[in-house]
Amino acid sequence: MDMNQYLNMFIDESNDHLQSLNEKMLQLESSPTDLGIVQVIFRSAHTLKGMAATMGFEDLASLTHQMENVLDLVRNNKLAMQEFIFDTFFKGLDALESMVQNITEGGDGKADVSSIVASLQSIVRGDFQKSGIDAVTEAVTPKKAADSESAGLVLDQFQYSVLEQSISEGHRVYYIQVTISSESQLKAARAFMVFNTLENSGEIVKAYPSVQDIEQEKFEQNFSLYYITQKEVGELEKEIAGISEIESVSVVQLDQESLKQMSEVKAGLAETAAVQEAPVAVQQQSAASQPQSPTAASGAKPADGKAQVAKPAAPTHNRTIRVDIERLDVLMNLFSELLIDRVRLEQLASEASNPALTETVEHMSRVSSDLQNVVLKLRMVPVDTVFNRFPRMVRDLAKSLDKKLDLVITGADTEMDRTVIDEIGDPLVHLLRNSVDHGIEPVATRIAAGKPETGTVHLRAFHSGNNVFIEIEDDGSGINREKVLKSAISKGIMTEEQAAAMSDEEAHQVLFAPGFSTAEVISDVSGRGVGLDVVKSKITSLGGNVTIHSVLGKGTNFSVQLPLTLSIIAAMMIQIGSEKYAIPLSSIVETAIVKRTQIRSVHGNKMIAFRESHIPLISLSQLFEVPDFNEDEEEETEVVVIRKGDRLAALSVQDFLGQSEIVLKNLGKYLPNIQGISGATILGDGQVALIIDPNVFIK
Amino acid sequence: MGEEIKVIVFKLGEEEYGVEVEKVQSIERMVPITRVPRTYDFVKGVFNMRGVVIPVIDLRGRFGLSEAEYTDQTRIIIVAVGEMQVGFIVDSANDVIDLNTDNIETPPEVVGGVKAKYLRGVAKIGEERLLIMLNLSEVLNRSEMNQLEGLED
Repeated sequence: MDMNQYLNMFIDESNDHLQSLNEKMLQLESSPTDLGIVQVIFRSAHTLKGMAATMGFEDLASLTHQMENVLDLVRNNKLAMQEFIFDTFFKGLDALESMVQNITEGGDGKADVSSIVASLQSIVRGDFQKSGIDAVTEAVTPKKAADSESAGLVLDQFQYSVLEQSISEGHRVYYIQVTISSESQLKAARAFMVFNTLENSGEIVKAYPSVQDIEQEKFEQNFSLYYITQKEVGELEKEIAGISEIESVSVVQLDQESLKQMSEVKAGLAETAAVQEAPVAVQQQSAASQPQSPTAASGAKPADGKAQVAKPAAPTHNRTIRVDIERLDVLMNLFSELLIDRVRLEQLASEASNPALTETVEHMSRVSSDLQNVVLKLRMVPVDTVFNRFPRMVRDLAKSLDKKLDLVITGADTEMDRTVIDEIGDPLVHLLRNSVDHGIEPVATRIAAGKPETGTVHLRAFHSGNNVFIEIEDDGSGINREKVLKSAISKGIMTEEQAAAMSDEEAHQVLFAPGFSTAEVISDVSGRGVGLDVVKSKITSLGGNVTIHSVLGKGTNFSVQLPLTLSIIAAMMIQIGSEKYAIPLSSIVETAIVKRTQIRSVHGNKMIAFRESHIPLISLSQLFEVPDFNEDEEEETEVVVIRKGDRLAALSVQDFLGQSEIVLKNLGKYLPNIQGISGATILGDGQVALIIDPNVFIK
Repeated sequence: MGEEIKVIVFKLGEEEYGVEVEKVQSIERMVPITRVPRTYDFVKGVFNMRGVVIPVIDLRGRFGLSEAEYTDQTRIIIVAVGEMQVGFIVDSANDVIDLNTDNIETPPEVVGGVKAKYLRGVAKIGEERLLIMLNLSEVLNRSEMNQLEGLED
């Protein structure tokens, strides 16, 4: 059987399933005991496995099979979801996604997923069915391997006090070093077994390398940990050494004094290492905010980096079909052809004055305008198609920055034109990253400022008039005007005088200046050399606008205004000589007629009085060098008053032809940027009229 | 042995030019063209080809030849290179021939005033006929024009 014809269907459906798996996993993470969600995830994974197996993508099928095994235990109440399982699953989903991506690009979907499969298998075997692991994973910030092992095992204040307290309460605290045999094929699995054994009878407070790194086999042969238990040294040594492929184990019991010494020595060592490791401070803060007893910590649900979607208004299971966007474009083009003929028919019918013909043509006109509406609506897509990847992104981002935050999405069903949707994803990712990285403060800072330790980022979409607004609002630190301006001055973006004269609003806009960044430390997230200026220019190129509203200490709101659709706009048609132009209604304030005598000359520029002020008058016929019109011969001039922000200007034209909805077309790749022209549209008679871009005329 | 290609033949003045048939989308009679202000002189404007707005350039103007009156014979050849669709105004177009690529010679320094880099070569057909093969991607190259005009920022 030739599978190629099913390939596209497979890719589409796989992406759907992966998206839904991601969403459901996030939901499950915030309510881990909801078996209903597990059922949905199980079914999705099962379908995916079946499809992949049918199509012959073995790696995909076997990975989903392993995931399914875990899910099966969970839904039958034999296994409780916990952070380690979530992390493994998300890793699995990422791997699946890249495999499907590979298939999309014509690959065979093969990938090395053995480590994930090993983790999944260990979950099924129950090697990790221990809640104690949570404490470790939470307390350890993911970070790169430090220069020396001892430096990596530095204790933060919280961990230190836990150990100290345990000793004073009569528990035994050990520093354990384990070396795994160099011949071991499954280092990570052996390490798991050690952890597992230890957790049966105590608490691991800190491990080096971090648990994540150990899971991914990112360690040589050794790892070390601090451990609290009641057991004797000898007993422990025997237990660990009893695990196969363990080469050596050393267990050192610590008392108050030796603990203090160790942590001091190591803190000293770590200080040098910490220079390259910015997150150390963050790590302490996050740990300090955690429950003060290790047992309580282990029971706490993983709150850091939790991203929540406000319960979507009952997922709409639309009965839909997939249509290639190009086919819709062809349909639109054919339709505009039809409209041209309709106009022609109407004209002929009125000339022929045959009642039966006139009636038929009128009916056809009505049907075709209904048809037009339908065709245009086909291009509208809910903004959800962009938003749905954000919860997962924010979760991972918050985890890597060690911050706590909720992402609340509202208005995901807001519809926009497909062309806008396709373009808006990247700018939004950028703004969200900005909010998470710069906006939301680390937990300790938030507590110090009297805020809830979990930050909130709202992502909202809503319609307003002919626009769609997308807002990203955080309750973080807000924009520090002085810091922004100082940074802008030092980067040569402005002078001190300019900075001093700026309103807060203007100062916030500086964030969009090219080359601007306030990030003092270049983190993993920011400082990639792509600034908000790219966001701004992208949104502007879509005919939209982005504004910032921020209150220092309270938070920041980025508001993105976008046109509902890029393909249809309301416009005023005007005529100059034999040429017709369209001016977008959105930028027109009003139209007027002025006498030539009312036009004044100020410093060589023409001005007219408008309301209480004088505004510049720009002659379109001169600007566009229209060959067959000279307005100087007219007594009265029609003008269109246009607006950009709060500034106005008037364009003089010959005649107004009236308002109409026009289908926007670009001028083609050969003529991408003509000054003053933003595109073209096709008129009823089949001719092309150019669309004027009024923004250019107001500097 | 070179491959056989089909070539659309068109005329500018007395010269005969050729473009590969697969680069040509259609050949249209003259249509009303909407002037686009503030662009190059040889860009005559845009027109509507079945719902798609396509720029039209006068090939004589593009090559720096004197422009001619449009007649009944004038045609617009719609070519597509990559994602770029452009109409060329030519004096006439009425022939399709088969050509062996072996017969295409590298262009001489100057052919009828057209810069050599716009040309892929010259093909000899029969005894007398010379066919100038166009290098379309150079003809449609915008980078050189941007430097000339500085219209963009």
